[in-house]
Formats: sequence, C-alpha cells, structure tokens
Amino acid sequence: MSDLRELYQDVIFDHYKKPRNCHVLDCANHQAEGYNPLCGDQLTVYLKVDNGVITDLSFNGSGCAISTASASLMTEALKGKTLKEVEHLFDDFHQMVTTPESAPEGAPRRDLGKLEVLSGVSEFPARVKCATLAWHTLQSALRKQTNPVSTE
Amino acid sequence: MKIESNAAVRPADTESDAPDWRDDFPILREEIGGKPLIYLDNGATTQKPQAVIDAEVAYYSRRNANVHRGVHTLSQRATDDYEAARSKIARFINAASPEEIIYVRGATEAINLVAQSYARPRVKAGDEILISAMEHHSNIVPWQMVCEQTGALLKVVQINDRGELDLEYFARLLGERTRLVAVTHLSNALGSIVPVERIIELAHAHGTPVLLDGAQAIAHLGVDVRALDCDFYAFSGHKLYGPTGIGVLYGKTALLSAMPPYQGGGDMIRSVTFEKTEYNDLPYKFEAGTPNIAGAIGLGAALDYVSGIGIAAIAAHERDLLDYATAQVEEVAGLRIVGTAAHKASILSFTLEGIHPHDIGTILDHQGIAIRAGHHCAMPVMQRFGIAGTARASFALYNTRAEVDALVAGLHEVQEMFKR
Repeated sequence: MSDLRELYQDVIFDHYKKPRNCHVLDCANHQAEGYNPLCGDQLTVYLKVDNGVITDLSFNGSGCAISTASASLMTEALKGKTLKEVEHLFDDFHQMVTTPESAPEGAPRRDLGKLEVLSGVSEFPARVKCATLAWHTLQSALRKQTNPVSTE
Repeated sequence: MKIESNAAVRPADTESDAPDWRDDFPILREEIGGKPLIYLDNGATTQKPQAVIDAEVAYYSRRNANVHRGVHTLSQRATDDYEAARSKIARFINAASPEEIIYVRGATEAINLVAQSYARPRVKAGDEILISAMEHHSNIVPWQMVCEQTGALLKVVQINDRGELDLEYFARLLGERTRLVAVTHLSNALGSIVPVERIIELAHAHGTPVLLDGAQAIAHLGVDVRALDCDFYAFSGHKLYGPTGIGVLYGKTALLSAMPPYQGGGDMIRSVTFEKTEYNDLPYKFEAGTPNIAGAIGLGAALDYVSGIGIAAIAAHERDLLDYATAQVEEVAGLRIVGTAAHKASILSFTLEGIHPHDIGTILDHQGIAIRAGHHCAMPVMQRFGIAGTARASFALYNTRAEVDALVAGLHEVQEMFKR
C-alpha cells in the first residue's frame, strides 16, 4: 500500500485548516451545489465569469481534508483562467487523480503545479470522489445547472 | 426478550474464547497492506465462518437443482435443504411455524414487501405510519413511497440527545389514524437498543401492528418473535454471518394470509389460466421465481454456527468489547461518542474534533483497520445530531480487546497526522 503521506501532504492540511476563497461570492454570476452522497460532503462553488474568463471564484461548505483542500486549491488555480483553459485543467486534473502511478504509461500528462499535491489520491480509489467533487461542481456551475450535482 | 435461543451457553470467559472463534473465519487471516486485518465494520456486514462457505460449496458441488419443481433426486435434495433452512430460521426466532418465514433478498426487501403488500392496500389518505428518528433509510423510504401512493402521513418519533427513543412522544403520536408502527430494534448508527416490548404493548393497545427492523439486532440480541409479539420482523442473512442476497421476513400467519402477493411468477401460484390465477399457500405466495437456494442453505449453516456458540455468549462478549472500547476511547482527545443510550449493543459511533470521518477511515485502513465512515444510511440521524457523519466501529463475536487497543492506537495516529 502506498504511503499515507503521499495522500496527506502538508499542503493538503494547510488548505484543509485554512481553506482559501472559502466564502459566499456576492458578485457571482454562476453557482452550483455539489454533493457526495457517500460521505455527506456538500459544497457550493461560486463563479464570476466575464467575457469567457473566470475573474473570481470561491466555495463554501464542509467536507473531509481531501475535498476541502481540493476545492481550496482549485479556486486558487482557476482565478484569471479562460473557460478553455479551465476545460483542459479539468481533464488533466481528472486524469491525475484517477490514473495510478503504477498504471502503464499513457499519454504524458503536463505538470499541474500546485495541484500536483493531490496526485497521491490516485492510489486511493475510494477518495477520488472527494478530490473531484469541487471540480464536478465547477463544471455544473459553468453549465448553469440548477440541480445539485452528485458524485454518484 | 429471549436471550438464548437453543444452544448451551459456553463458559463466561468469552474474551479468551474469541481467538478460537476467530479460527473459524478464514478471512481474518488476510492482511491489508501487510498488516493483519482488524475488521470492525460488522454493522455493514459480518464475515463468514468456514461452515457457511462449506455449505454453499457443498450445495453447488453435490445438490444443486431447482426447488419445488423436479421429481428427480437432486431437486428433492435441494428442496429438503432449502426447507430445512427455513425451519432452522423459524426455530432461531421462535416463530410459530416455518410458513411464517418468507425468504427475501434482505431486510430492505422484507420491509418493502410489508409496505406494498400490507400497508399500501390498507392505508387511506390521512392515515398515519409511525417510524422513529433513528431509522435506516430502508425503514424510511418504503413508507414514504406508500405515503405518496396513498396520501397517508409519515409520523416520526423523536429521540433524545443520548439517542434514546422518547416513549412518551411515541405514546402521544400513536392515534386513531395510526395504521402501522415500523421501528428499528437496534439502531445501526447509534447502537441504541430500542424498547420494542413497550412499543409493541402500546401499539397493540391501539390495535396497531408493529414491524421491527432487525437488520442490526438479529446478530446481537436474542430475538423471540412470539415473546415480543411483534407482527413483522425483518432481517438480512449477511449481518448474521450468512451470505448476502438472502434475508427473512417473519410475519404472523393471519397477517400474511390476508396480504396479496408481492410479486407474481412461478412457485407463488397453485394454478394459472388466462382467466384466473390461484395463489399458492404461505410462505410460497410471497416467493415468486427461483429463489436464492444456496443463500438460504448458507443462512441455515450460519444459524447452526451462531447457535453452537449461543447468542447469549456472543452478546456477553460484545458487551465486554463495547464497554472496554467506550472506556478506552475516552482518553482520545476531541473524541465524542454519538449515541450514548443506557442500553446499547455492538456499535461505537464517534466523531473526532476537526477531522472528517472519511479521513479517519482512510488513515485507519492504512493500519489494516476497517471501520465505517459516513452517514450509515441514516442521514436524518446525522441531521438530528448536527453532523455530516460519524466514524463507526461495530463489533462481532470474533473481535478482541487487542483489536480495540489497535483502534485506539490508530485514532492517536490519526490525530498525530492532523496536528501537522
């Protein structure tokens, strides 16, 4: 079994204990609620999108260390990004957390910077949904879906 | 309540007995990431003794055929074994006769059967069905469906901060329009033993039948359906050391006889023409289609195994473990036990301040310790306590004090990790 420290890195704890951009965003023009029925984690993602660029974003809610840190890191990573860039980041992030290191070499993946601290999740399949909850909720917010998104 | 079903009780020193019982469960020799498995998720499902595994293998190896159909020898063997298991179940819960034992997939299906075949045809708009605030979703949703179908109302008996059902509240809710009471016998999320004797007494005084969800209770409390005088009792085989996919609905003959079938198909009929079908007798009226024959036989083997040890001895051992664990976790800073009823069995639900149950679960798993983390399919209970979920250790006959010690050490490690 892989090392727990690969999953629970210091940066994760830092973002869990002091989540960034964790508040309601009054000026948001997109928002969605995400829910993980497995563990009851619930969060709302708020976005301010202007001319195809995410000019501000935040999240609110409660969850485990992985889902909270992932939401916090996501809000940091996406500020100022175009929707096209966000789409690519989503795909890369998803690939990172769902493809174990031990998996046969697939398409090379580009470095995701600070988000790389969540790469350890790929060795813990039961926790992938925790890491992706904020991202799925973001997608839902961009599509302006009104129903809560679920990881199930 | 009957404590002992039918087997001689072993001597009281059950702690030293557990290691012998452990040898009966091959999976307990498994390692998880190089560490010995410490299985404390028995509330979700128990592990299976070799006797149950052997019974399924023997059935498929030497006796497999469809039941109640063939004139050939194998079919007779399979039918005999399948029906013998039904008789064992009837004896285990002290039913009046095997025809009161309906094979189902599990407690969930048993409750749905009662909801659709007993409640739905009888209740009318404005009638009431009474449940408690600590039910598993499987004893909530089937009743919500009936309410939607009929216009009946679902009434919920509240619980106090310890997780004890409020009997006075219950007595107040019990009214002229109450058509059925459906409560758990042992809460899966809190471990509370519900005072079902008193509930049944009160409900029957109103002429209201009572269904008990025994999914958790069946492996930990002696269940005597006639002493309880409950009208329906639902449980699953897999939480009682038996296979998955097999469970039991017990019902009083008079009630079951008056109910329409749950599903139509083979085996549940006496005769079929395109004009008219006559239904079979109990219990077959409720058993359409080829059943889970191997599962039933496996459940019979599980009951033999449990009876060989004795429910009283198992309960005493688990009582010791729960008391020991409750005392040991007190030294863990920030730990709060959720569910502190005066009468509890086998379940220790808790939260750690500032640490999500899911993280506790992952870190303990890394030490080979399997617990449940989350809402335990009892989201209203979590809402009642204002939490998203709990971590839950649940005990079975093969657990030991040493495993409790490992759990406590594991929790200290969880806290160390989160101190960073």
